Amino acid sequence: MKSKKLSTNYLIAAAFLLGAVNAHAASPTMDKIKSTGAVTMGVRESSIPMSYTTGDSRFDGYHVEVCRMILADVKDKLGLSTLRINYQPVTSQNRVPLVQNGTVDIECGTTTNNTARAKDVGFANTLYVEEVRIAVKANSGITSIAQLAGKKVATTTGTTSVQLLRKHEKANGVNFDEVFGKDHADSFLLLESGRADAFVMDGSILAGNIANSKNPKDFKIVGEVLATEPIAIMVPKNDPEFKAAVNAAIAKIVANGNMPKLWNKWFLAPIPPKNIVVGLELSPATKNAWANLNDKPAEDYNKK
Amino acid sequence: MSLDLGVFCKNTLDGEVVDHCFSALFGLAQNSDPSYLDWLLKAWGWTLAVAALSLTIALILGAVMGTLRTLPTTSLLNRWLIRISTAWVELFRNIPILVQVFLWYHVIPSFVLPLKSLPSYWLVSIALGFFTSARIAEQVRAGIQALPSGQTAAATALGLTTLQTYRYVILPMALRIVMPPLTSESMNLIKNSSVAFAVSVPELTLFAMQAQEETSKGVEIYLAVTLLYALSAFAVNRVMTLIEKRNRIPGFIVSNDASLAH
Repeated sequence: MKSKKLSTNYLIAAAFLLGAVNAHAASPTMDKIKSTGAVTMGVRESSIPMSYTTGDSRFDGYHVEVCRMILADVKDKLGLSTLRINYQPVTSQNRVPLVQNGTVDIECGTTTNNTARAKDVGFANTLYVEEVRIAVKANSGITSIAQLAGKKVATTTGTTSVQLLRKHEKANGVNFDEVFGKDHADSFLLLESGRADAFVMDGSILAGNIANSKNPKDFKIVGEVLATEPIAIMVPKNDPEFKAAVNAAIAKIVANGNMPKLWNKWFLAPIPPKNIVVGLELSPATKNAWANLNDKPAEDYNKK
Repeated sequence: MSLDLGVFCKNTLDGEVVDHCFSALFGLAQNSDPSYLDWLLKAWGWTLAVAALSLTIALILGAVMGTLRTLPTTSLLNRWLIRISTAWVELFRNIPILVQVFLWYHVIPSFVLPLKSLPSYWLVSIALGFFTSARIAEQVRAGIQALPSGQTAAATALGLTTLQTYRYVILPMALRIVMPPLTSESMNLIKNSSVAFAVSVPELTLFAMQAQEETSKGVEIYLAVTLLYALSAFAVNRVMTLIEKRNRIPGFIVSNDASLAH
């Protein structure tokens, strides 16, 4: 009786030791994926074409497809026969906390990699570089930001574009009236109804809203690039092994020459469910990100 | 959780700390960029301006519409006035306030072209004012109907016309009775004015959403904005209570003062 208890104690001690060793080296995310055979992907509901719902709780998009490729790689690495992907819709407000507390294992939406967020979460290598642009009515004759002096410029409350416009106003002495939409659809309505002469926002959002409008030909994206932001896949912080696995998968996708095909599929061809064409050409900045894979934050992009 | 209130002394362009927290608004530091504190106070000013403008609209229209609903059905004109005021109340209190704001901002100006040149804070104040006027009208009607019918009968017996009866007998009493619900309606208006952010009035809610995105200091920003909303509503409460006390007629309206009780 006594000896049996002793051996149990030994076993527990050994297990603790092993556990301590494991905790030092292993990746909590990879462990979780391996033990449950499932992974939770954070997705956006309406960030066409990066990450959006195609109805019926199904999700698709440029980043979502990349993430599925990455997870297929992770599955092989862990020697799993099947890996179930749970889709968890996230918003701008909850995406960082959900990755931090482990609800979401990999977030495949439209998150800017910046130093403030990098304190809380990790970012995979950038595959899409967002450019802040100007959308105007096609017949307005506006072709650059300098022509917006004295005009009404719409942008969306709660985005970094607002601060960007303010900085630009100060630096160049161009004064414009800012009008704020409650969300991107509202801001676009301001442009459509003539309450604003231009809408300044991320290029993909502008292209998506134009593609979705009644007459896409009435609008165009013009002018210089106002700011550049790396949009990256978000992973838990302090899990270098998982981040390395994700980055290895990304490197493989790039090396296989899949990126231009993915770009054509999501940005230049008709996409489900409504078969609209976003029509955003591949930018040199994104091309450069593929050629030189890195996880630099936005601050590094906007240094002059 | 520690609060980093230093965020209010940073400028809104690049997040650098400014020399003086009130750098731009009061001209304490010449030619310096505005700080988040400057912006916060400016946003508060917009909140108060929209609330004050809509309260003015709401009080005037609410008193008129509420009174019209209680007119005696003695003439054809009166019956039509009752119908119009009833329609007013039912229309404006049954549509959600955010929908009304969008109607006034996006839909109505495309039919009524002069409204297009009206600034958005006017449009949102009209929307808020009309919405609140419907609610105030119901309170005024309740106040008038709470009066004993003998008062109207006595006024008629004295030979007063309907207009005179309302002017000298009914309204002075009824408006005193409805002061408490009127106070809460005015306080509600301060809070409801937050919908103005939806049509790009740069008020407190818009400030909160924008500044917390720029600074990542959501707790501090929302705390400050909450305090200002609470402070504004409380100030309205104090003013209304003062008016209520000043105009009280001893013996008519239930009072806390035991010596006045019957």
